[in-house]
Amino acid sequence: MPELKDIKEGEALPARTFKPDEVQLFMYNAAIWNPHRIHYDAPYTTEVEGHPGIVIDGPLQGDWLTQLVLEWIDGAGELVEFRYSNRRAAYLGETLRAEGRVEVVDPDTGDVRLTLAVVNEQGQTNTPGEAVVRFRPESGRPAN
Amino acid sequence: MSLLTPELKAEVGRSLPPVTAEVTRREIRKYAAATGQRLKRFIDGDEAPPMFLFGLFLDILPRERMLADGRQPDDGLVPELPLTRVMAGGSEATFHRGIYPGDVLVSTQTLVDLYEKAGSQGPLIFAVVENRVETRDGEPVMIERVTRIAR
Repeated sequence: MPELKDIKEGEALPARTFKPDEVQLFMYNAAIWNPHRIHYDAPYTTEVEGHPGIVIDGPLQGDWLTQLVLEWIDGAGELVEFRYSNRRAAYLGETLRAEGRVEVVDPDTGDVRLTLAVVNEQGQTNTPGEAVVRFRPESGRPAN
Repeated sequence: MSLLTPELKAEVGRSLPPVTAEVTRREIRKYAAATGQRLKRFIDGDEAPPMFLFGLFLDILPRERMLADGRQPDDGLVPELPLTRVMAGGSEATFHRGIYPGDVLVSTQTLVDLYEKAGSQGPLIFAVVENRVETRDGEPVMIERVTRIAR
């Protein structure tokens, strides 16, 4: 569990790579109840919608960014703000990397501002994001 | 000349009827497995990951009311705009409370802003919808603003 006093502006969060397959995408779209064909029907997606492949859901990439943050704070604080934007589509078969960086640490409020991104294998940002996490006073150990 | 007529601007402030949903441990566990969560409290369904709320309020419709491509019909909250190429502009959320099995949550969507800007390749219209999720007692859980950009 990180402690607020040890967090440095500019430090990187541990990155995580994701490479969802058909089954993972099916599970996701079943869980959120989204039957849009671009997430499972390859002939339709390429021939009718003109995508190069099955489309990885944008909100799933947003979820990955929240996971990066919540695993990093490890119960030492709360996610209080999160924003993201799906700028570029990602397709099944791609390996995507979720990464983050500490931008601002406010020792008075316990707030830490992060920038986040889901990046593709070409180094292009598909999904930029930002988050604010609020560390508990003295970074006390929660009853987790 | 403005693309946004007084009639369109008058739509700002309009809300859809509130939608209520119950959070169950099983739905949290499905979501956690589906998204590759690694924190035990999410895997076990003791608490829901924040983005769980994205799916919680999606409407459940019979097949004949869904579109041919599997999408839901538009909910009509954002009025028909004079620009028709729509892009997702992003989501900004604040979180006020965790989400737990047994919670009964209420989502209310309101069109909170409609404005235009001159883009480098022509005018852009921004439509901002606020999604306010509260407990039945009115305690805020999450307040999200989703922007759609039409060009």
